[in-house]
Amino acid sequence: MVFGRSNSRRPVEPVTLKILVAGGFGVGKTTLVGAVSEIRPLRTEETLSEAGRPVDDTAGVEGKTTTTVAMDFGRITLREDLVLYVFGTPGQDRFWFLWDELAQGALGAVVLADTRRLEDSFAAVDYFERRGIPFTVAVNCFDGAGRFPVETVRTALDLDPGVPLMMCDARERESVKEVLVAVVEHALERVDGSRRAAAAT
Amino acid sequence: MSESAHHSQNPHHYFDAEAGPVVRPYAMTRGRTSSTSHHRLDLIALVVPEPAADHPVHDQSLSPEHVEIVERCEDTPQSIAELAAGLDLPVGVVRVLVGDLVEDALVHVTRPVPPAELPDVNILREVINGLRAL
Repeated sequence: MVFGRSNSRRPVEPVTLKILVAGGFGVGKTTLVGAVSEIRPLRTEETLSEAGRPVDDTAGVEGKTTTTVAMDFGRITLREDLVLYVFGTPGQDRFWFLWDELAQGALGAVVLADTRRLEDSFAAVDYFERRGIPFTVAVNCFDGAGRFPVETVRTALDLDPGVPLMMCDARERESVKEVLVAVVEHALERVDGSRRAAAAT
Repeated sequence: MSESAHHSQNPHHYFDAEAGPVVRPYAMTRGRTSSTSHHRLDLIALVVPEPAADHPVHDQSLSPEHVEIVERCEDTPQSIAELAAGLDLPVGVVRVLVGDLVEDALVHVTRPVPPAELPDVNILREVINGLRAL
């Protein structure tokens, strides 16, 4: 009786959605995920080899290395039939090829930034801009980090005017909720906008 | 690559725990790194047991990991990512094992929103409302 079950109730099949959280190493991605997740952030690992790269290159196979890439994620059950997963993307730029898979079908993204190391956010901003994935920049207000006016940060990151930028505290549930709401609202505007554009043509 | 440069600078670096588990993860998939199904299972694809899995199954081809996947999904369907974290296996291994179960018609997998399609406006509104209500 391997799969014996006491009742025959069919489980609900929820719609699942995902939001990505990107940003430099140590910027607070896992903290942000943990602040809203109903489960302790889980860690999943993908063992990648150089052979897993999108470019086939058989030269140098003898030196093939494998790398374990960790992603932290949390789950928010919005309704019995609607579940949102929040994924922290791997911090190192050289795992961009893993982002592609994570980004597929993502509702939107948060770029978490630290004003002391804004340059760490450039890769993520660039990535989501190029892929046309709706994203919001959230500046994690670390204790002791200088506070800058929103416009200064916007200019420093060279953000498009339409990209929402907000201050947040990645440890605070309410603050993180606001960030996620901003991402989905931004995604909604984008969908509305493209529907209107499609209707106009 | 920075990592190999790092190792070459430390010729006396020994591998120990970092060398990995005693049983290599892909031994559980008998060396397969991809399943026969055409779709690469998304991290948030949910694994839902089929009614057939209610009946006693004496399938000798199933490994304990296969059985555990079905059991974990019985009450609440779990995503590929959750299964990987729960079983402490790489995502690639879980994909292969779930692919086997799909082939045996013991589970099916929900398909997330296709990436080319815009998400449904109503779903987005529901997500916003749901987040605010948390």
